[in-house]
Amino acid sequence: MKAGPVLTVLGAILALWYGAAVWLNAAWTYDQAVRDGGEVTFALLVSDTMAQDRPVLPPPHQVARELWKGLTAFNITSKKSLVYHSYVTLLSTLSGFFLGSLLGIFLAVGIVQSRTMELGMMPWAVISQTIPVVAIAPMIVVLSNSLGFGDHLGVSNALVSKTIIAAYLSYFPVLVGMIKGLRSPDLMQLDQLKTYSASELQGFFKLRLPSSVPYLFTSLKVGIAASLVGAIVGELPTGAIEGLGARMLIGSQFGSPIIVWAALFAAAILAGVLILFVRAFESVVIRRMGVQA
Amino acid sequence: MNAAVIDAKGVNLVFQTGDGPVQALKDVNLTVGKGEFVSFIGPSGCGKTTFLRAIAALEHPTSGQLTVNGLTPDEARRKRAYGYVFQAAGLYPWRTIAKNIALPLEIMGFSKDEQQTRVDRVLELVELSGFGSKFPWQLSGGMQQRASIARALAFDADILLMDEPFGALDEIVRDRLNEELLKLWNRTGKTICFVTHSIPEAVYLSTKIVVMSPRPGRITDIIDSPLPRERPLDIRDTKAFIDIAHRVREGLRAGHSDE
Repeated sequence: MKAGPVLTVLGAILALWYGAAVWLNAAWTYDQAVRDGGEVTFALLVSDTMAQDRPVLPPPHQVARELWKGLTAFNITSKKSLVYHSYVTLLSTLSGFFLGSLLGIFLAVGIVQSRTMELGMMPWAVISQTIPVVAIAPMIVVLSNSLGFGDHLGVSNALVSKTIIAAYLSYFPVLVGMIKGLRSPDLMQLDQLKTYSASELQGFFKLRLPSSVPYLFTSLKVGIAASLVGAIVGELPTGAIEGLGARMLIGSQFGSPIIVWAALFAAAILAGVLILFVRAFESVVIRRMGVQA
Repeated sequence: MNAAVIDAKGVNLVFQTGDGPVQALKDVNLTVGKGEFVSFIGPSGCGKTTFLRAIAALEHPTSGQLTVNGLTPDEARRKRAYGYVFQAAGLYPWRTIAKNIALPLEIMGFSKDEQQTRVDRVLELVELSGFGSKFPWQLSGGMQQRASIARALAFDADILLMDEPFGALDEIVRDRLNEELLKLWNRTGKTICFVTHSIPEAVYLSTKIVVMSPRPGRITDIIDSPLPRERPLDIRDTKAFIDIAHRVREGLRAGHSDE
């Protein structure tokens, strides 16, 4: 049985979460009791910590209720709907992922084919990942707003800046994976092509590129998750009113952790779905390449 | 029979390594005639593989003269003079056996029809007809290596260079492939250069055995085999066979004693 261990861990997490909720929310319950002059029994403590309006740590069922409400209670085009906000975030995640993956792939090809490219580009690629995204995100937002890329492209400037931030986070895993993949053919395979007097280009398309496919998909799975993080972070400093990042910001500004947590779970579900899509795409491609499933 | 296909005169090859120069080949002189089956045998580091790679223009001699079909190795390669079989089959897992064999043909620009014809022909030659649409992982190690031989034969090179092609296979499979290789050689009249670690394999297959020794890599003995072209497996129990094997062993030992 595969479900056994998964359920056990899930149960442990829920138990821990409920325990922590009681513990962290207890202070409020005691405060209230002091004000009302009442006495706090264990039963009261538990029932109260489970149902506060502004809990420090909302218990799972409150988060689940808020998440369910956000997903189903409103028209999906309404600003209250989590489906709507997820869609907004999804859009910039996908555009950023697409842009970032292309950038990663092309940079990798350049770096593998040219020593000069490697020496020139690789240090910058590494440095780019040492800069915290929360530091660079506001700058990207300001720059893309003032340059007005979105106006030229006929989309919102917010989408452009979020796309750039998402691409910024997702290109790197793709770059690293593709470099490794394109370099995965061994010396013997390269010698063999030499004995056919194959050109560099033929070697690339017949050997290097197909060899890199498994590496590419591993990277794409990391990349799409990074892209989602980028899109959400891109929504935080913009004063955005749409997107899961904006929901989290609103929740924290209004002192409502339940909203934050619900948005958090919506993001997690979105990430899971995205990875499943990449995986499905992978298995189609791999099967078409004839490799044993 | 007498035209020299491969001709080496005073070939030296020095590798520049971190520890200084290493003489991989020293004063190698050898003539291989058309249709011969030549085995190179010797311990690791004797330069047998290096010599094979030099014939294939994968390495370049530092001095001396090496010609293949009267051309430099580079020119000979461009004229598709040889097919090279490596120790590992090296089939692409994303290609079927037929597509793997067609790989050099695609690279060399054969037409689709021509590719098909040639693939069918060499598949039959290595007795893999009917396996063309299989993927490499569906075949045993021995069958994979046969497919890689087919790939090397596909573009009709006159010379087959084989670098321990059966080294990774178990002895039973190896025996059978040796037998099949001899049959193939008889049918096609190719010139074969074959690198091996195994004395019985060298003696069983070859018309000429080149014994080499290391540090520096050099030829210590060249034995012309008196065995007939038709060789059933049990020829290995005959006196003639055992005598040659003995001489090879002596040659190997002599190469070692003067270290």
